[in-house]
Amino acid sequence: METHSAVLQKLRNTFRSGVTVPEKFRRSQLTQLLTLIQENEEKILGALHKDLSKPKFEAILSELEIVLNELHFALSNLRNWMQDEHVSKILATKVDECFVRREPLGVVLIIGPWNYPMHLLLLPLVGAIAAGNCVVIKPSEVTSAMEAVIAELIPKYLSPDCFTVVCGGAEETKALLKNKFDHIFYTGSQSVARSILQAAAPLLTPVTLELGGKCPCFIHERVDIIAAAHRLAWTKYFNLGQSCVAPDYVLCTKETRDLLVPALKQVLLEFYGEKPQECPDLARIVSPKHWTRIMGLLGKSKGKVVLGGESDEDSKYIAPTVLVDVPEDDSLMQEEIFGPLLPLLTVSSVDEAIDFMNNREKPLALYVFSDDSSVVNTVLKKTSSGGFCSNDGIIHMALPGLPFGGVGASGFGNYHGRWGFETFSHKRAVLLRGWALERLNGLRYPPYTDNKLSWLRWTTSPKSCSIL
Amino acid sequence: LSRERQANIRARQAFLSGRARPLEFRLQQLHALMKMIKERESDIATALKQDLNRSQYDTPLLELTGLENDIKMAINKLAVWAAPRPVERSVLTLRDQVYVQPQPLGVVLIIGAWNYPWALTLGPLIGAIAAGNAAVVKPSELSECSSLLLRALLPRYLDKDLYPVVPGGVSETQELLRQRWEHIFYTGSSSVGRLVMEAAAAHLTPVTLELGGKSPCYVHPDCNIRVAARRITWGKFVNCGQTCIAPDYVLCDPSVQNQLIECIRLTLLEFYGADPKSSPDYGRIINQRHFNRIMSLMEGYTPVIGGQSDASQRYIAPTVLRDVPPQSRLMQEEIFGPVLPLVAVSDIDDAIRFINEREKPLALYVFCTDQKGIDKMLEETSSGGILINDVLMHYTLNSLPFGGVGQSGMGRYHGKHSFDQLSHHRSCLVRSLTMESVHLSRHVAPHFHLGRHLVLVLVWSQISSTVQSPVRVSCGSL
Repeated sequence: METHSAVLQKLRNTFRSGVTVPEKFRRSQLTQLLTLIQENEEKILGALHKDLSKPKFEAILSELEIVLNELHFALSNLRNWMQDEHVSKILATKVDECFVRREPLGVVLIIGPWNYPMHLLLLPLVGAIAAGNCVVIKPSEVTSAMEAVIAELIPKYLSPDCFTVVCGGAEETKALLKNKFDHIFYTGSQSVARSILQAAAPLLTPVTLELGGKCPCFIHERVDIIAAAHRLAWTKYFNLGQSCVAPDYVLCTKETRDLLVPALKQVLLEFYGEKPQECPDLARIVSPKHWTRIMGLLGKSKGKVVLGGESDEDSKYIAPTVLVDVPEDDSLMQEEIFGPLLPLLTVSSVDEAIDFMNNREKPLALYVFSDDSSVVNTVLKKTSSGGFCSNDGIIHMALPGLPFGGVGASGFGNYHGRWGFETFSHKRAVLLRGWALERLNGLRYPPYTDNKLSWLRWTTSPKSCSIL
Repeated sequence: LSRERQANIRARQAFLSGRARPLEFRLQQLHALMKMIKERESDIATALKQDLNRSQYDTPLLELTGLENDIKMAINKLAVWAAPRPVERSVLTLRDQVYVQPQPLGVVLIIGAWNYPWALTLGPLIGAIAAGNAAVVKPSELSECSSLLLRALLPRYLDKDLYPVVPGGVSETQELLRQRWEHIFYTGSSSVGRLVMEAAAAHLTPVTLELGGKSPCYVHPDCNIRVAARRITWGKFVNCGQTCIAPDYVLCDPSVQNQLIECIRLTLLEFYGADPKSSPDYGRIINQRHFNRIMSLMEGYTPVIGGQSDASQRYIAPTVLRDVPPQSRLMQEEIFGPVLPLVAVSDIDDAIRFINEREKPLALYVFCTDQKGIDKMLEETSSGGILINDVLMHYTLNSLPFGGVGQSGMGRYHGKHSFDQLSHHRSCLVRSLTMESVHLSRHVAPHFHLGRHLVLVLVWSQISSTVQSPVRVSCGSL
């Protein structure tokens, strides 16, 4: 099995030459990436449609615009991010230069998933390039049309000495992981994440894991149910539910549920019309395997379908579906659904909802819909999750100022904007001293005395600077 | 149920009770830790003397002052560190609250080291407490007296269930590593670091690894060699060379080598007198195994300074060797002892090449006056930290992040960095359900309206990306 060690060696040699470090180079590659997207929009959209039947609208928003925004943001802020960060000093270092310098790590590996094959591959790439690294880019083999487009376009626009695309499946990835990388950035499932960590451990390679889980959505009774239904439906059925931050299931009281179901019915009609299967604004499930998996969950479910439920195997279509009377131990509650099935589970209070969420693994995102800010605050304070959004969904990941990442079973590390730059950088502590003040240094040398010690304690305490 | 598993379960229950969360509680625990260090300094000094023949001055200097500074800083800044951190907003989120909220992770496992058993075990604990976590502390069994003392003291000052001390050796550590933690903080060798990361993989646990390696020290001909020698001597022989950031070896050209040797000889006399063995300020090797290891590294070489030893005391004299070949055993592993090899290089480029042929070290030291040379070193090498014209000192400045890169480790701590390392930085977007008509633009419309909506989408996404000079709006506390 091809380990690509020759390719790795080439990238390592390039990195050693220092060519990726200057701001000018990073800027040029980021700009090239911009051009790649701008010049190949049709091709990319075509591939996304082939792989996922992604509606053009969704593709533009969630696969192109988001990457373009990130690129613009990086280009605007790169110089700032690259600046040495001067830190506060103690008396002992008062006349020294003390700062943190961000340095590239070297050769990094980015492994992308299939649900947003452009966005979730290129957004980390922006951070890696901005930080001055060479990158091995591994797109998902599941979305084969996009894989081919990436393999074709990257070498055309980015420097082939610095950036390489490696294609393949699980076996090829395993072989690739035998190489030493300076960082591995993985987006995908927990089981694969474990094997990546196991491959990284003997080489002491730092890793960022962007995983998933079941993102809960608590809908409180004090809420504009129609507005909530709009936002809930949009975030749930976008990409036909195949988003790591899609609201996986809803928690609400019986009364709220009874208002929510007709509201959702109305919204689904508005969004997708009478015959959703014919609506071009709905994506499709990525593969027969996943279609079968989701339909299997539906088949085993003890819940009752109140909206949707239709499906078509040939076109990998599943209708936007809502279920009620779903028990806690239902098949739908055993794994991340990653599809257009929305179970509504009932709780009797906010506290019960909080306990329900806290009895489960920490999710990538947690949502609350309520007009009552004390309810929002309570849920916020008493739960943990990668990210939190009230009265909306998904959109928190479109803000480049916010770090995007998980906690616990949903992953560790983060990116977006400056956070991506930092993830792919080493924060090197730098202390530049002079030859003067050797007398002061003398306090630390043996033979030790009480007197020296008390002076020394004073000069190294953070308080001592305020006197000067 | 093993003792290790019980500690994990109890700590988790204590964490879930929520009592570690309020800032008042965390502050109280930090004050208590400070009290312990201040009240028990002489007990700690006694333990260290038995473990490492540590001079009583080295105890505050090397172990406790850093801790005190970190605790003081945490107490002063906790409210700021734990508060929501607002981020830039876009036009569409101007009326929302957008911020990062640091949160406790849960239960942290802290595995300490033997060379600075207090600083390296309690340092991470300060961060864990400040960040609102529970922490199971496993001190190194090699520094036996310190470990015993810590086990006795910590429960007397801190919450017993939230911060239990679990002693033990290899098998106890392995049992601890089988449990589920929200973060593992390990200080020690790279080989064990690998095992820690492997064990952490099963539970997808993030790790901080403070490892080691050979920290090079380059001495340029233009520097003040007398002062350089004094600083290097101090950094090398403190704690008998058993410091993860000690200058492991020196790179210099042959002419510098001669001067350096003479200056080091003079300095050693100044520091420890003619007979370092009888100086109260000179340490001992931690145990027989390490003593034998270090002695065997020197086999076949004749030192120019020192070389004497006494196995019964685990004493090795401050030793310097010249013209050490790069392929010698001495140059293959971290020495972690009072033996300083001088390796000849022809110039700064040769030194850089030498350094870059090897793993990225935890610390890199450069003695040089010429700014161009300094910049060259800075730009052409990588290391956890880098010091120009001194050694070790970056450790004392807790505004600098302390940690390695590559084989020398991952993650960082000290000061605020400890707090951040052991927190989860949760993105928060608190919106209202108003402005729905603006947001309707993003909702999918029947396809014959697609053209118009696409325009709206493009407009929306243009203004939703942060503008050049982002509006920085302060976010009120919740």
